[in-house]
Formats: sequence, structure tokens, C-alpha cells
Amino acid sequence: MSAERPTLEELKERKVLSRQRVERSGEVMTVSMGPQHPSMHGVYRAVLDLDGEVIVAVRPEIGNLHRGVEKLCEERTYHQIIPITDRLDYLSSFVMNHGYCEAVEKLMGVEVPARGRYIRTIASELCRIANHIMWLGIHIMDLGTQTFFCICFRDREYVLDLLEMLTGARLTHSFGRIGGVAKDLPDGFDHRCRKVIDFLPQRIAEYERIIKHNRIYYKRAKGVGIFTSEDCYAWRVTGPPLRSAGVARDLRKDEPYSAYDEVDFEVAVEYQGDVYDRFLVRMKEIRESCKIIRQCLDNLPDGPFLARDVTHSLPLKKNVLRDSAAMIQDFYQVFQGPLAPKGEVYRAIEAPKGEMGVYIRSEGGAKPARIRFTTPSFYHGQALPPLVEGEMVSDMVAIFASIDVVLGDCDR
Amino acid sequence: MSDPIAQLIFLIIKAILMPVLIVMMVAFIIFFERKFAGFFQGRVGPTYLGPWGSFQSFGDIFKLLSKEDLIPAKSDKAVFRLAPYIIFIPAFLVMAVMPFGPVGGQANLFGYRFDYVIANFDAGLVLFLALGAIAVYGVVLAGWSSNSNFSLLGGLRAGAQMISYELAMGFSVVGVMLMANSMSFVDIVNGQAGDFWHWYFIPQVVGGLIFFVATLAELNRTPFDLAEAEQELVAGYLTEYSGMRWGIFMFAEYVNLVVISGIVSTLYFGGWRAPLEVLDFIPGPIWLFIKICAFVFLYMWVRWTIFRYRYNQLMSIGWKVLLPLSILNLAVTAIVVSVAG
Repeated sequence: MSAERPTLEELKERKVLSRQRVERSGEVMTVSMGPQHPSMHGVYRAVLDLDGEVIVAVRPEIGNLHRGVEKLCEERTYHQIIPITDRLDYLSSFVMNHGYCEAVEKLMGVEVPARGRYIRTIASELCRIANHIMWLGIHIMDLGTQTFFCICFRDREYVLDLLEMLTGARLTHSFGRIGGVAKDLPDGFDHRCRKVIDFLPQRIAEYERIIKHNRIYYKRAKGVGIFTSEDCYAWRVTGPPLRSAGVARDLRKDEPYSAYDEVDFEVAVEYQGDVYDRFLVRMKEIRESCKIIRQCLDNLPDGPFLARDVTHSLPLKKNVLRDSAAMIQDFYQVFQGPLAPKGEVYRAIEAPKGEMGVYIRSEGGAKPARIRFTTPSFYHGQALPPLVEGEMVSDMVAIFASIDVVLGDCDR
Repeated sequence: MSDPIAQLIFLIIKAILMPVLIVMMVAFIIFFERKFAGFFQGRVGPTYLGPWGSFQSFGDIFKLLSKEDLIPAKSDKAVFRLAPYIIFIPAFLVMAVMPFGPVGGQANLFGYRFDYVIANFDAGLVLFLALGAIAVYGVVLAGWSSNSNFSLLGGLRAGAQMISYELAMGFSVVGVMLMANSMSFVDIVNGQAGDFWHWYFIPQVVGGLIFFVATLAELNRTPFDLAEAEQELVAGYLTEYSGMRWGIFMFAEYVNLVVISGIVSTLYFGGWRAPLEVLDFIPGPIWLFIKICAFVFLYMWVRWTIFRYRYNQLMSIGWKVLLPLSILNLAVTAIVVSVAG
């Protein structure tokens, strides 16, 4: 039993070996890994102190991709911020839109119509699938197989096609709107989407046949980069790494938003807290996402997909040139922006990489006084030292990939 | 024209033709590697240059030649320049002792005896192992002279790895040596005369597998490509090399691929011999070519399929699995050979 679900003490025991390696280390060589390094997933820089192949100390350096997103947001109206949020985690843009819109709606008290909530859920889960498939490809490529990377990209393409059909863009969707989404489901989407989500679980089974029982993968990933639930709390590591350490925390279940409380799904949990279990958790999550999308398509309610809220949301574009009220609303929303009450809100959602929180402080008017994104990659990136110290260089790339860091999300 | 003079002329022709053929073959193997990688990965590979993209390698060579020759300022310049050749030259030399057709038999050309080997050297196997060991110097020196941490790590990894796997390789080859009762490649191929069930891969199946795995490490290909592990060490010992110097390394790697494929087919798969005696009307060089191509394809297949081992796992496989197994294989072969006479 304990092999299946080790206690916290047992997990800590397993990290003793790597701690001993650090204590025994002698003379060190300093290597600067990144910012231009093939497996640093962007412009992350880690300064490594190596004793032979063993990593003695890591000093992560972030900020090379800093674009001042939060400051930019202060100069824009609430509508104009949506495209900026796309550029946070550009591998799951819609989820970023989603989190931001949820926060703004909480601030303004906007009610999202049921159809809007369902479409948001569908788009978010599609992003989650695309993100996890991409993660898998990159993670496996960091372990030395380029072929699998291409297989994953091929399958991600099906999901991206769906997202393109839905939102009109493949990468930066800008699909969320305050009070709903930009467009209704297009014709034929239901049919195509069902085809993809029927077919994806088979593909996941195929991935697992290739990877899960692969001896080399097992040797490289099992028992490597253990991060206990205690460590996760200490370093604010959330999402799949936390769930792989045996904590069933998923904001979709714990603090449901959109349509997540109306669908039935399981939270993927594993107990060993290593690279291998992070892989298992993500594979389970893809399956659960398919389930969620299927339920959303089955129960998709009729009605508007965007709130009919004159003061806070945009009108439908097709009405703007026909209906004078809509035109006035459009004029106000575009030139003045939605007026928010004074106050501050914090809203967190479950992004594919972890918990993504948005804090907004408003002093009235159409622009936020301060906006703060607490994105998972930032916290995961800073947790690298306790994860890799005492491990080997080869493991470092595997571990770094397994916690899923996107630098756009990290540096903002 | 007397026979010795004819032999000398043949020797010069062979010695010139062999490297040229290998170079041409390598150019196309690089193209095929990229093409196959494309097919494995659901892409198309190179398509533009020449029919089906097949002149891609020549375009690459032209590009590499036209690049600036860059030597890092703080490197050991003489060693930095020398290192590529230490790898490049031994790669070719092994081909001198590999027979590609019948030797010392009835074969003749224009009425003179024609040996299908450049040098019928008695200790061909030892030469092969020795030249393989020299290549290690090239890798280590390249890594050390670049004065870069990644290069150094890559060079040391490669050095340790190649030396460890050479032991297993040496022991597994001794099995073949005992069976053929000779260290000459010519005698080894002659020992495998007959249909394919006389080939050494059947009695030496364990040794053959160990040899194949060890050659993967020797060639620095996945799962043992730690020396140039892109995701960890950028390009390992090649990090600071660019232009044609880098090209020479790559070229040597592929020459090695051809040579090692030739060695595997010579030691375990009958060399130039046809799989069935009925097929003997097809000349030996063609059979050897087919076998080399098959093994090159196998190496490509492995490379684009599986994962890379971690450094300590690689070492433990080499020392704890392959070496004891190869010694056991040697002991069993020795007993069987001495009992059977």
C-alpha cells in the first residue's frame, strides 16, 4: 500500500540521496545554462554549480522576457486588456482571457449567461488539452526523442484547428469578453469537436503505450525530482505538480467557476510526486477534459452567449450598424470603456499549468488602478533550486520540463 | 606486366576508390537520415535541392565551406584545429582491412589476381579496436581545447562512455575471434562460408547484441548520445565548433556509421557473402553494400525512436550489464570451441 501511496515521511526519505550528494560535493564548476539554451523553454537562465554531473546549487534568473504587462494594463480600459492577457501564457491563451474576465466580472458584478459559461468551459478545456499535449512533446524531447515531439505536435494541430474554428486564431485567441465570449459556436463545430474528443483518448492511450511502459522513460522519470506536498505549499507550486504529490486541489472543483459545477469530472491525483507522476496526472487530465467538453456539448443551453449588460459589455457586432442602442453602447464601450466600481477583487482559476490568479484594484473609471497576475510559471520557475539540487544535469532538463514553465507566463 | 606491379596498381586504385565511394555514400546517408527522420516524424524532410531533395548534402557542404572559420579566442588553437582530424582519419582507416569480396581465390581482373580487400592484415580486429580508441582522443581534445564548460562536460562524458563501452565491445568481439580462429577480417568472413545459418550471429547472438549496443555508444547515437545531448549540453564537445570544422566532425560521425555497419555485417552477418549460396551470382561488394545500408537504416531507426539514458545509467549498463555478459559469452564460447575442437 505504501508503495502506491507513500506518506510524507516516506517521500522525504527518498530525497535523502540527493541531499547527501550535495553535502558530499567538492570543487564546483559554474555553468550558465541559458538564456540561449535549447531546453530552457524560452529565456530562462539557470546558473548551475556542478560537481561533475551533480548539481550542487542553482541560481535561477528570470525577467529576460519582462514586457511590463501589468503596467501596460493600467493604461488600458478593461476591454483592451484582454488581448494582453493572451500574451501571458501563450500556449493556453484562452484560459488567461477566462481568468481575467472572471475577475473583471466579479468586480463589476456582471452575470454571464449560461451559454457563454459553457462555451468558455469548452474553449478552456480545449486549451488545456493543447497545452498538455504540447507539454508532453517538449518533455519527451528533453529526454532525447525528437520523433515524439512531432507526433505530439500533429495531434495538437487537431485541437488548434478547433480553436481556430471557434475563435479565429490559433495562438492568441482574445476570445473572452466581459460578460461572455466573442462569438457563438460556429456551424459544424459540434460535429468536429465531438470527432476530435472521441479520437483523442485513443491517442492518449497510444502515447501511454509508447511512453508509460518505456523502460528508459521509467528509469529517467521514476523517483526523479520529488516534490512533496509540503514543498509545494512552501513554494506555492500548484496544478499538476501539486496533484501529483497527492493533493486533490483543483480550483475547477474547489471553487467552481463557469460551468464546472454543472459537469461531472474527476480530479487527477497521483501520489509519488515525481516526474513520472506528473506525466500520469497530465494524461489523466486530458481524458477528463475530453469528458468535460463532451458534457458541455451535450448540455449546451440556448440563449445569449454575451451578457446584455449595457454598461459593462460590448454589444454584438452584427447589431452595431443596425440598432441605434447597440451603436451607442458600442461607442461608449470602445471610447470610454466599462465603468467599474471602486474596490478590489481577487479571482483565481485553474490554468493548465497551475492556479492563475488575477487581482484588480479599481478606483472607479474604465481603467484599473493596479492589476496583478499571479501566474503559475513564475512560482514554478522559482521552485527550481529545491527541485534539482542534488540531481544530475540530465535530470534537470527533465524536471524543468515536468513542472511546465512558459516564460511569457513567468516574466510577464 | 608482372603480377606484383599489377597488384600495386590495383592497390592504388582500391585505396583511392574506397574513400571516394564512402564519401559519396556518406553524402547520401546524411540525406537519407534526414529524409527518414522526416518520415518517422510525419514530415517530408528535404525536398528542394535536386530530385526528391537528394542533393541536400552537397548544398550543406557548400554552405559550411563558405562560412567564416571561427576559433574561440581563449581556446587552445593548435589542439582545436587538430581535434577534427584525429576523429576523421581513423574513421577511414578501418575500411582498409575490411574485405568486400573474395580474397586470394579465383577472382581475377584482366587476367591478374584481384583481392577484394585493400590490406589483408592479420590483426584487423585489433586495428579496428585501436583506431576506435584513437577517436576518443579527438572527442576529448575537442571538448577540452574549446575552453567552454559545455564542451568540457561533453568531451569528458564522451571519453568515459567510449572507453567503458570499448571493453564490452572488445570482449564480445573475442567470441568471433575464437570461432574464426583468427583476427583477420578475411578469415572471419571465410569462417562464415555457406548459407546464412553459418553466419556468426546465430552462435554469437549474445555477443552480437552486446556488440551492437556498444557500437551505439561508440557512434554517440541515441540512446547513448550523451556527449552531444542537445537538450542538456547544447552540443557537447561540438558547441564551439562551426563551419567546416564542425562539418568534419559530422562527416566523421557518418563515416563511422558506415564503417561500423560494415564491421557488424562482417563480423556477424557474413560480410560480402550472399545469404544463400544460390545467390552467389550477385557479386560480393553488392551484398556488402546492401548489408551496410540495412544496418545504417537500423541505426537511424534506433536513433529516431528511443530516449536518451542518463549518464550514471549509461555507465551502470556498460559496467554492470554489458561487460559481465560479454565475459560470460567469451567463457562459454571458449569452452564450446575447445570442446568441439
